[in-house]
Amino acid sequence: MIWRKPLKTAFLLFGVLLLITGVVYPLFVAGVADLAFPHQAHGSLVRNESGAVMGSELIGLHFTGPRYFEGRPSSTQGATYNAAQSGGSNLGPSNPALLRDVNMTILHLKSLGITGPWPGDLVTSSASGLDPHITLDAALLQVPVVAKARGINEEDVRTLVIENIVSNPFLPHHEYVNVFSLNRALDRGGVP
Amino acid sequence: MPAANPLIDVVTCAVFLLLVTGAAILAGRYMAAVFSGTLSWNPFARVEEGLYRLIGTSPEQEETWQGYARDLLLFNAIGFCILFFILLVQGIFPLNPQQVPGFSIDNALNIAVSFVTNTNWQVYSGETSASYLTQIIGLTVQNFLSAATGLCVAIAVMRGLTRKMTDTIGNFWVDMTRAILYVLLPLACIAAIVLLSQGVIQNFDPSLTTVGYGGTGPQTIAMGPVASQEAIKELGTNGGGFFNANSAHPYENPTPFTNFFEIFLILLIPAALPFTFGILAGDKKQGWALFAAMLLLFVAATGTLYLAELSGNPALNSENVPGMSMEGKEVRFGLAGTVLFSTSTTAAACGAVNAMHDSLTPLGGLVPMFLILLGEVVFGGIGSGFVTMVAFVIVAVFIAGLMIGRTPEYLARKIEIFEMKMALVTILVPGILVLIFTGIALVVEGGIAGIFNPGPHGLSEVVYAFASMANNNGSAFAGLNAAIPFYSLTGALVMAIGRYVPAVAILALAGSMARKKTIPSGPGTLPTASPSFVLWLLAVILIIGALTFFPFFAMGPLAEHLSLLGGL
Repeated sequence: MIWRKPLKTAFLLFGVLLLITGVVYPLFVAGVADLAFPHQAHGSLVRNESGAVMGSELIGLHFTGPRYFEGRPSSTQGATYNAAQSGGSNLGPSNPALLRDVNMTILHLKSLGITGPWPGDLVTSSASGLDPHITLDAALLQVPVVAKARGINEEDVRTLVIENIVSNPFLPHHEYVNVFSLNRALDRGGVP
Repeated sequence: MPAANPLIDVVTCAVFLLLVTGAAILAGRYMAAVFSGTLSWNPFARVEEGLYRLIGTSPEQEETWQGYARDLLLFNAIGFCILFFILLVQGIFPLNPQQVPGFSIDNALNIAVSFVTNTNWQVYSGETSASYLTQIIGLTVQNFLSAATGLCVAIAVMRGLTRKMTDTIGNFWVDMTRAILYVLLPLACIAAIVLLSQGVIQNFDPSLTTVGYGGTGPQTIAMGPVASQEAIKELGTNGGGFFNANSAHPYENPTPFTNFFEIFLILLIPAALPFTFGILAGDKKQGWALFAAMLLLFVAATGTLYLAELSGNPALNSENVPGMSMEGKEVRFGLAGTVLFSTSTTAAACGAVNAMHDSLTPLGGLVPMFLILLGEVVFGGIGSGFVTMVAFVIVAVFIAGLMIGRTPEYLARKIEIFEMKMALVTILVPGILVLIFTGIALVVEGGIAGIFNPGPHGLSEVVYAFASMANNNGSAFAGLNAAIPFYSLTGALVMAIGRYVPAVAILALAGSMARKKTIPSGPGTLPTASPSFVLWLLAVILIIGALTFFPFFAMGPLAEHLSLLGGL
């Protein structure tokens, strides 16, 4: 029977490779993770003084101005910045809904006292809906409003933004900030 | 400050491609040694021998092309059945902290076919509907095995093209074992650890609810064994994301470095295979010729996509939002990192995305679609890209032969009717599937119901979907609701035909070439490693690709582009 022997071989090999790639390999990586990179492996979490998790360095949060820097709009389902269900809007470039969403964000920013021209990232939703970053332009644009709401010196806030620049080492011209880190730094500044 | 600076971006991309080329040459050499069993240092030799004894085979027991194809299909069929079963009943298995239920039958069918065929098209969102057990024992396993299957086909085809007067083209079990043990597994282990160090997560924790900060309210964050899957997902050109947002998710792709690293992983093995071929053929120039053709198309595609995105969306620009459109893009990657990823993932049949292709500008979205519709020959999926390129070479040699009135030959072997038939099946089957099923989707209710974006863009969504499935890419214009039964079921059919019919046809071609005598080259022999042949090959690829699908391009992306220029 020409099928019987290869069938047996196929089952045996499948079983062995399933064990190697589906059990040994992920457990090996998890082992290395817990030994060498426990912080990263469990989500790069940020905790408060009492040890409760406030968020993750890598996952964006839905901050609202004017006391805090705002992040990008998020199109995740259920709620904005829903880290249990990532995803983008998938709105096509010619979809009127895209224009509507962008204009709603612009209206909201204007209501905070911010004026254009609008940096693209600040008025459009990200691919993951969890983008933790905004461009330096988008942060600087919010400086006067944040400073005013907190009653602190604009220059101090601007310095704080500059101190929090993350830079893409491969594209050095591309500077951006992590909104969560920036807002925590803002609070740590000790200003009411 | 802006996310794009063309000069720096060009330099970065050029340096990156040089690195990929260098690594591909080394990997190509390594794979040639692995698959011909001539590794100079082999710590796993004993393990390998023991395994062959256990499963009842040995490297000496070679198969004809029919035997090789039979073994491949059997092995894939077992993989399909087991994955289908896991998907249906994942609800009762352990490692399911979110207590997700099993998939519906039509979705399970689609996912199982999708992962077994190396398509990794996703009708589900990973974090909400797949258990950790499904992710590791189901999906990660198939990420390895489907990539290794592609690699086996490529290696068998290389043998067929370089052997003479023999019936055999290798032993599938041996090739499969070596592909996993020596190529995919070690590279995936290293890659996973690199990704871990950057912040890709790897745990079996349940989702975590935070207390929030500064009035943001609590946030629930999905967790899971991501790094192990992410590594093989890129390396194996699979592309099925652990999370719905795929490689745009910060836990899958946290930094600019991981972004370039993941692109590197996507391109590495597909770009290495031409060099493996050159070594096995005993004529490295043959490998360089194929690589050059691929690289030229890649650079042209990257440049086009970059320019299209750089110029932005006129509709947004007129709302005082200058520059490129950031809708569906992540800030940290920058334009170059976004564009390079989108080009690589569609050139190399990976299908992972770090930006939502549905939200690219019309001409920008045309580029990934075009790369897929060319038949995934620009590096292509592991193995499948290389063999489709070989089919194009056969067709190019044949047409050139007709034009100069010589018997067509490739690598000193005559190309005859049977080889031409098989090459054409390999090339045309995915295209025919796209045309037929897009046509059906546009006239039946179930097909139209899935369309998300209005106007010409809706057509682009449907074309992209079937292009992606028939060519086993897996990326999407993801607005399309692919989970509805129409796309689930037709998709499963399209992915299976698009994978196995070309694979069997190209194995048949290889088997037939292996039987031939070599003929000495003379003054009338068409050199297949010359720059002019590379250009000729490109012309054949572009003519077939462009002519087959031009009406779609015109009515979808081009129409949308013109309507945006003219105002909405």
